[in-house]
Amino acid sequence: MSQFVFDPTKVMDIDFTKRTEYLEGLEAIKAAHKVLKEISFTPSLPDKGYNHRSLYVNVGTLEVKEKPVTQQMKDVFLGGRGFGLWHLWNAVKPTTRWNDPENEIIICPGPVSGITQYAGTGKSLVVTLSPQTDIPIDSNVGGYFGPLLKFSGFDALEIQGKSECDLIVFIDGQKGIIRIEEAPEEPVDSHVLAEVLTHMYAENDADRVNISVVCTGAAAEHSLIGMLNFSWWDHRRGCIRLKQAGRGGIGTVFRNKRIRAVVCRGPQVKGDLNNVADYETIAKTGIKYHKEIRENDPYQCMMRRNGTAHIVEIMDAYDLLPTHNFQYGSHPDTHKIDSAYWQSRCTQKTVDGCWYGCSMACAKGADGLVVKTGPYKGHTVTVDGPEYENAAGLGSNCGVFDPDYLLELNFYCDTYGICTITYGTLTAFVMECYQRGILNKERTGGLEMTWGNAEDDLEMMHQMARGEGFGIIAGQGVKKMKEIFIKNGWGDPKLINDIGMENKGLEYSQYMSKESLAQQGGYALTNKGPQHDEAWLIFMDMVNKQIPTFEDKAEALYYFPLFRTWFGLNGFCKLPWNDVVPSNNAQQPEAHKIPEHVQNYVDIFTATTGIKIDKDELIHQSAKVYNFQRIFNIRMGKGLRKDDHAPFRALGPVTTEEYLSRQERYDKQIAEEMKLDPTTMSLEEKMAAHRSWRQGRYEQLTDAVYKRRGWTPNGVPTLERLKELGLDAFPEVVDVVKLHL
Amino acid sequence: MRQLRIDLSKCDAGRATCQHECESSCVEKVFKLTDPAMAALHIRELADGSGQAVLCDQCGDCVVVCPTEALSRNKLGVVVIDKKVCVGCYMCMGFCEKEIFERNPEWTEPYKCISCGICVKACPHAALEIVDVPEPAYRIL
Ligand code: SF4
Ligand code: SF4
Ligand code: SF4
Ligand code: SF4
Repeated sequence: MSQFVFDPTKVMDIDFTKRTEYLEGLEAIKAAHKVLKEISFTPSLPDKGYNHRSLYVNVGTLEVKEKPVTQQMKDVFLGGRGFGLWHLWNAVKPTTRWNDPENEIIICPGPVSGITQYAGTGKSLVVTLSPQTDIPIDSNVGGYFGPLLKFSGFDALEIQGKSECDLIVFIDGQKGIIRIEEAPEEPVDSHVLAEVLTHMYAENDADRVNISVVCTGAAAEHSLIGMLNFSWWDHRRGCIRLKQAGRGGIGTVFRNKRIRAVVCRGPQVKGDLNNVADYETIAKTGIKYHKEIRENDPYQCMMRRNGTAHIVEIMDAYDLLPTHNFQYGSHPDTHKIDSAYWQSRCTQKTVDGCWYGCSMACAKGADGLVVKTGPYKGHTVTVDGPEYENAAGLGSNCGVFDPDYLLELNFYCDTYGICTITYGTLTAFVMECYQRGILNKERTGGLEMTWGNAEDDLEMMHQMARGEGFGIIAGQGVKKMKEIFIKNGWGDPKLINDIGMENKGLEYSQYMSKESLAQQGGYALTNKGPQHDEAWLIFMDMVNKQIPTFEDKAEALYYFPLFRTWFGLNGFCKLPWNDVVPSNNAQQPEAHKIPEHVQNYVDIFTATTGIKIDKDELIHQSAKVYNFQRIFNIRMGKGLRKDDHAPFRALGPVTTEEYLSRQERYDKQIAEEMKLDPTTMSLEEKMAAHRSWRQGRYEQLTDAVYKRRGWTPNGVPTLERLKELGLDAFPEVVDVVKLHL
Repeated sequence: MRQLRIDLSKCDAGRATCQHECESSCVEKVFKLTDPAMAALHIRELADGSGQAVLCDQCGDCVVVCPTEALSRNKLGVVVIDKKVCVGCYMCMGFCEKEIFERNPEWTEPYKCISCGICVKACPHAALEIVDVPEPAYRIL
């Protein structure tokens, strides 16, 4: 599917070891730390992927304790996101909101996480009650924290309570110490803080690879869209790198608890620390996969050269690249931010995995960016180099096609601790409101939010970080902005609701779902809100055309959310599953599932845990957690059919401009699908016909998907389904469901 | 850079007058193992009686992909592994086009040819030699 041939002579000559350093004040910062609590523990290594204990830290009461990981937890919830949801369920009440002390942040790597032989096996799952959605959010993040936590002796870290001072939780898995330290003088933003803390907690140069810092930045404090950065030490560059637990405002909860950072110092990593049941199978499967990357990646996605940005031009070519708040699907300037550009801009002479053994190596880095605005103006920094979602969200969706500004937006999102996807979508909404007069310069306090105005876009972000002006309003996210704009009488409520791209309170990620029924469901029929973690079907539906019929789409919306949930239970990354495929994949039955890779996962799980599974049991494992999460949502007051509705922009053309931009396609659908004669209809009539046809189709899909998932027409898992999944063993779960049957 | 080479016209891959001493000496003396199939070079007899050799040419591709910098060139330009920092990810093995980065199931760290020349001395037909050649340019992989 790759569009360009990599040309090494075009790679920009940038010194990837050079950047602004922030270590000057380190000693003084350290001297200001005050130990609030210190306890010792016995470090341990997992046995077949599990330590059988988790760590509980209350940052309010300073209670620190170990909790057992029970057999029932393993049987039902497996690990990762499953453990996170289970801990959270036990911590909160239906009335709990994100900023209550009982809300928790749970970080959990999963049983497979930490093996070093297969690509994408170092993930942590982070779970909390989201300030944006009021239901659980979960995020799958790279960086070394999860594996190092596990190799220190814990399967999960549960953080509860609220502190009155800024503090750091330090877990030293080499010495067996957990320390809570007051940290009054820490730098606030992630690229500085993670660097300072990595140097502070490493005992010598070689120890830096054993440190991982979890932290956020200034904007997480003044917005609801804060994210968490997970660091690792990049040996070749000589700097820290960051990966993000982005969606849903986890960083906001973190700062609301007044946590500056959680730091883990693990033992030196070796290939066998996860003490797996069958090392040989994992080694062989890993080597086979690395070879597949070597042979196929240069001719398929070129993930090693561009990371995920390789699909920018494909999306554009298929009219699916979100442009100007998802109005259009392509733009004449896309070539300025396509993968050929990122190949030349990203450093190629280094290794870019976010955990050891990741031969897919998508964590590209753009070095040598000289920042043009804000508090780091003039600094030379290394930025993640942007992922597809960032190129599309911060770029085309806001009309920003200047790659340097795009990198700067990406840099500031990361260091300020806000989600790039969310920021992209909410800014696109702000810009469209500006275009349509819902906002103006007066209402934005002087910001000129026209398409592509990267300087004011950045200024809005700086305001968010400073807690000032319109930045505070934007930082509430699309859902709350819609409410505010409607309440202020700034525009037609119907239009505002149609174009505000959120569902359940979470902003859409960066795919145009208008023409893809499967992706419409993939976004809104989700547990946590629209993202590409659960059901990324657009490629399958629109590019590869592997799920043509209505039944195929409904089936895909049963299978893939479950299949993809499984990655998050184990600590896997999703990308190595389908961003390279075996050469003979197209000839296999059910090619869209990539059967050889599914078998790899089955084999690795069994070889890690010693628990024999097959591809059907894999889905069954996920279904337990997926349905539990749905019921958790219902318990918190969402998770019903009414919460699965999509804004019309996600389903079809809202405005006349949008209709006219695809008139031919839309008229044809009127004739062929609706059996009407478009030549006799006015534009308004045609748009109305599309609205009712598209909404009807979406409702029909919802019915089919709920049925296939074993849910009632209101979206509630049935008692029979609970029984199949063994969830009937939890009376409190059954009670929630019974209320809605 | 020291590189192991073979002259297949001299090599008796078909074992008429040689027991693949290169492989057995390598495996025993360098890596303290017993199975000649685990040597850091492979000599294969083809159906037509001729031989085929799989040798590490110290190309350095494995150095490029190693995430920990456990692999580096020593003073002689030979690619060597520092087992202390190796995390056993086997990317080196998967990315070696010659597929001559080796692994013993008993060990976590893989191993490779170090151009030591022990096999050269062991070969009864002087088919092998160590030569000094320029280092190849860095490849982006
Ligand atoms: S010892 Fe010499 S002749 Fe025998 S197989 Fe090895 S290289 Fe060939
Ligand atoms: S082991 Fe393979 S990749 Fe490494 S130097 Fe030798 S031939 Fe090259
Ligand atoms: S197995 Fe060891 S030497 Fe090979 S690439 Fe991985 S860390 Fe480097
Ligand atoms: S040069 Fe040394 S390490 Fe390499 S194949 Fe010969 S004996 Fe083995």
